[in-house]
Amino acid sequence: MASEGDRRADLEVDEPRRSRILAALGSGGGGTRAVAIALLSTIVFVVVVVVVVANSAGWPAVHQGFFSWHYFKATFPEIGRGFLLNCKIFSIAECLILPFALLIAVLRSLPGPVFFPLRALAIVYADFFRGVPTILVITILGLGVPGLEIAGVPTSTVFWGIVALVLIYSAYVSEVYRAGIESVHPSQEAAARSLGLTRWQALRKVILPQAVRRVIPPLLNDFIGLQKDTALVGTLGALDAFNLSEINANGSFNFTAYLVAAVLFVAITIPLARFTDWLIARDRRRRQAQGLFA
Amino acid sequence: MNTPAALEIEGLSKSFGQNLVLDGIDLSVGEHEVICLIGASGSGKSTLLRCLNLLEPVDAGRIVVAGEEITRRGVDVNRVRRRIGIVFQAFNLFPHMSVLQNVTLAPRLALHQSRGEAEQQARLLLDRFGLSDKVGAYPDHLSGGQQQRVAIVRALAMQPRLMLLDEVTSALDPELVAEVLDVIGELAAGGMTMVIATHEMGFARDIATRVCFLDDGVILEQGPPEQMFGSPREPRTQQFLQRIVSAHRL
Repeated sequence: MASEGDRRADLEVDEPRRSRILAALGSGGGGTRAVAIALLSTIVFVVVVVVVVANSAGWPAVHQGFFSWHYFKATFPEIGRGFLLNCKIFSIAECLILPFALLIAVLRSLPGPVFFPLRALAIVYADFFRGVPTILVITILGLGVPGLEIAGVPTSTVFWGIVALVLIYSAYVSEVYRAGIESVHPSQEAAARSLGLTRWQALRKVILPQAVRRVIPPLLNDFIGLQKDTALVGTLGALDAFNLSEINANGSFNFTAYLVAAVLFVAITIPLARFTDWLIARDRRRRQAQGLFA
Repeated sequence: MNTPAALEIEGLSKSFGQNLVLDGIDLSVGEHEVICLIGASGSGKSTLLRCLNLLEPVDAGRIVVAGEEITRRGVDVNRVRRRIGIVFQAFNLFPHMSVLQNVTLAPRLALHQSRGEAEQQARLLLDRFGLSDKVGAYPDHLSGGQQQRVAIVRALAMQPRLMLLDEVTSALDPELVAEVLDVIGELAAGGMTMVIATHEMGFARDIATRVCFLDDGVILEQGPPEQMFGSPREPRTQQFLQRIVSAHRL
């Protein structure tokens, strides 16, 4: 185990080296040159791709079929409204997944023979719902359950689509949480219990806050997947961005509507991805600077 | 009737799998006594302390704290631990909490103190150990010595009647050891009953009322520090101290 002194010594060695690197990247001649090279190679790459694609035999037809500005403008408002449904499904599902998955993860982390049935249940759950293709669960729940015609059971496809997404994604997210819980050193629990805290108090106040903080970047990664998978609810007939673009494409024999849906999804997921990367980078910087979150 | 000993250990045994770590420990600690456990790494010092705090279940034997057997079945471990403070080699502060939150967490949750009450007490203790300017700091921003002093304060905030210190200076840079030992010295002067596992022989000689030499899971020899360091009887004890002397640690 590295002592506190070692860690601090590392930090002191690191600091001047890091500033040298920063200086070299920032204002020095090497930095400007690197940026120029990156810019030039990107331009060359884009030009080559554009020239190859535009000169291909099928380009005029594809251009007309997928990149029609006319259809883009015409279908954007309707598909945009459909996309609001995707956002709604995403938000509701996420709010349910976060606590539900945490519950599964906590059940799976319970120690001792008494809790074996709960642990087993959590393991079976996570294995099962990570093993089944999302579209199958959505189809079976979304078409099957309303088909039973049981009084009082919702028949909305959106409702069952959300249920399916919550079941699937909770399985994945619970594994992320579990990794976080296991990454907290056992000495933290020992310290909490030695002060007379109950197991539950130690979990709630000491283990989970540290665990959740560590897994925020991978959690966001799963959010991005969830936002995309909301399109699967459209296969049940819900009028989301995907389904509406399909309806539009079938009606007009022009596929630009799909492009509209894609643009809308990307407009949400790419900023989320960048935000995740930023969080990961910040987390890494913190670990390096502080050393204690090791 | 005599007042019961602060701590009474009878025939305590503990093994991890095939490995017998404690092999029948007997020890009686009076009120205000300061016991120093010395011995090579792996002799069972840390395990003994962890057993006393019920962090490790014991295999055989009894532990009695102030007249109450804490190894009996059905004992409320959380209540027992509130009266026995333990400080670890690696500090084990909660990194997501400030110093004040670290110190007030257990009094608030386990003793149901109000926030104001817990914070007032915490500030008094932090002040007493020269940490009043670190109240809002996070553990990452403290030196090792400061972290260990906060860990001691955190244990004291539960107003324990017995303190267990597990090699609390072993993870510290040499220049930070003194500030922690000073704190422990002050506790001893205040009459705190303590059991201390340590490699700091000079410190043990100064502070201990009794020194116990652990070897292979048994207390091989015990006595007042002058005798233990001056004229140990057992060859194993002599050997151990000889090695310490040649390593310039005594």
